Amino acid sequence: MAAHRLHFSVLLTLSWRNLWRNHRRTGIMLGAIAVGVWAMIFMTALMRGMVDDMLNEGIHNLPGHIQIQHPDFLDDPSVANSIAEPAGEFEALLQRIESKRWATRIRVPAVIASERETRGINLVGIEPAAEADVSGLPELLSAGRFLESRKDSGIIIGAKLAERLETRLGKRVVVMSQDPDNNIRERGFRIVGIYRAKLPGLEEFNVYAARDTLQQLLRIEGRVSQIIVVGEDYRDIEPLYRQVRQQAPADLQVRAWYEIDTYLATMFNMMDGFVLVWVIIIFLALSFGLVNTLVMAIFERVREIGLIQALGMRPALILYQILMESTLLLLIGLGLGNGLALATIKPLESGLDISVVAEGMAMMGASSMLYPKLTSSDLLLANSVVILLGVLTSILPAWRAAKLDPVRALNST
Amino acid sequence: MSAIHCHQLCKTFHQGDEIITGLDHVDITIETGEFVCLSGPSGSGKTTLLNAIGGLDTPDSGEIRMGDLRIDQLKRGALADMRLHHIGFVFQAYNLIPVLSARENVEFVMQVQGVATAERARKANAILAEVGLQGLEDRRPAQLSGGQQQRVAVARAIVSQPDLVLADEPTANLDSVAAAHLMGLFASLNENHGATFVIATHDKRVMAYARRLVKMQDGKIISDEAQ
Ligand SMILES: Nc1ncnc2c1ncn2[C@@H]1O[C@H](COP(=O)(O)OP(=O)(O)OP(=O)(O)O)[C@@H](O)[C@H]1O
Ligand SMILES: [Mg+2]
Repeated sequence: MAAHRLHFSVLLTLSWRNLWRNHRRTGIMLGAIAVGVWAMIFMTALMRGMVDDMLNEGIHNLPGHIQIQHPDFLDDPSVANSIAEPAGEFEALLQRIESKRWATRIRVPAVIASERETRGINLVGIEPAAEADVSGLPELLSAGRFLESRKDSGIIIGAKLAERLETRLGKRVVVMSQDPDNNIRERGFRIVGIYRAKLPGLEEFNVYAARDTLQQLLRIEGRVSQIIVVGEDYRDIEPLYRQVRQQAPADLQVRAWYEIDTYLATMFNMMDGFVLVWVIIIFLALSFGLVNTLVMAIFERVREIGLIQALGMRPALILYQILMESTLLLLIGLGLGNGLALATIKPLESGLDISVVAEGMAMMGASSMLYPKLTSSDLLLANSVVILLGVLTSILPAWRAAKLDPVRALNST
Repeated sequence: MSAIHCHQLCKTFHQGDEIITGLDHVDITIETGEFVCLSGPSGSGKTTLLNAIGGLDTPDSGEIRMGDLRIDQLKRGALADMRLHHIGFVFQAYNLIPVLSARENVEFVMQVQGVATAERARKANAILAEVGLQGLEDRRPAQLSGGQQQRVAVARAIVSQPDLVLADEPTANLDSVAAAHLMGLFASLNENHGATFVIATHDKRVMAYARRLVKMQDGKIISDEAQ
């Protein structure tokens, strides 16, 4: 045991001193590793931030992490496919979920008419108090007020729709839809609020009114189209999803966001793969430099390696020494790279304005502000790829050094 | 440490198409505690024989035994262990690890052997003083003269009192005073600790200390006399 500790210290001394023997070469390699690691972490954080933003936006628009509805609702979103408001045990469960964030909604196709124009819309009946948690709609309000109660008689439309209808805040509109018996129902609403969405399409399409008001209009008292549940984090809704599925009445369909929007799900799932590929590509670029550095370092001291072998250092210890040298190089490079990444990401966490370059991004639901997102798992990934693969690629040159013939090495020039 | 027996050792080197004889059917037995000098002209095979005995190089044929141990058949790791624990080397040329100071070079073998720090330092300082390098312990090899480097190498070879010391031209870079001092050191180590010495040399001053003089030529032993 003591002997092992001594081996370690002699190997460490040799490795450390040899590392600084050629300042220039070591410096260049350290710079390369630092920049590589920085690029791994920094770019990953940017990608994460961007995709996270898109996913959050997308999930807000669904809305919700989990939706409960009539099995036929998705094919035919008419009032006929409504469900009862949650009651009894099921309601108790929803009340118990940790986030306490759930709401019911009505969603029906409808027609809205101003004095000048008529357009088809998606009429949404909401519970105003819960809506902030579920879709963040109140934050999008650009003029007027939000709905105040479930019986509010006002209506909120998008800015784009107001433009199309040639109407504005405070004006009246008429909304027409069908009740379950296919009778046309209509009602006048005063526009009490205008909202702006990130996706212009939504702004033109979604119109919000109070839930109970719509129940009355559509003659579906006590019934809703959907129950929306929001968990703490969209990445980790499995436990909640399972719980809700167990407790929901058997005739209802329960779906998680990734089942509702497979595009979002694909984006989410591909993200980890992207990060891994990115990290590995950078590592491959680095590995050439690393191997080259080691080969040069070994080539320069063939005689020395012959000497320490002749003095009785086992080949395995020579292998360890070279690996240790490479590990030291990698660790210092990682330290610098991580420091650089943190130093550049931290100041940007309050947001990086990319509106200049990102006109097109808005169409994909991304905002013009980019918030780099540094996760501990990405940090861990970058660091472990560099250290593990780095040591792995060092094995071959180190092994070749260990295989040197002592006499020949000693006599080489 | 037991006696060393070399039996019909042959070694050739190939340089392009040329075949160079290093050792040509060499038979020699070195008893424990002997003080042997190998002499002979340049290229006569002295270094080749030392390397074979020290397990640095394997002969093409023949056998080398240390007691019952067939050195020529040991694996690389076992040979390294044997060198580490039983043999002290002084090489003809490149001897020191450039990134280590004189003291660290001397401590190196002990460190790999697993000798405790304090004991290591004590022994290293004592032996460096013995070879006349007091005050130069912290210099790197590049900051030492050829003769001083040679003395560091000698100090390292004998510091852990090996059973066998194989020295190749140990006095090559030394003035007569230093050479005499070094040989005195070898002789006392030989007498007091029973360490076996095999020294390859052209130096008459060294041969004077030898109690057995082996002369080589063209890879053969041409004479072997006690004196
Ligand atoms: N690695 C090698 N490759 C080719 N030839 C070699 C090699 N090592 C030794 N020789 C040759 O083997 C012969 C014996 O060499 P060796 O080094 O044993 O001589 P030596 O007696 O030690 O000479 P010196 O007194 O000059 O040190 C020489 O002819 C030498 O050129
Ligand atoms: Mg020689």
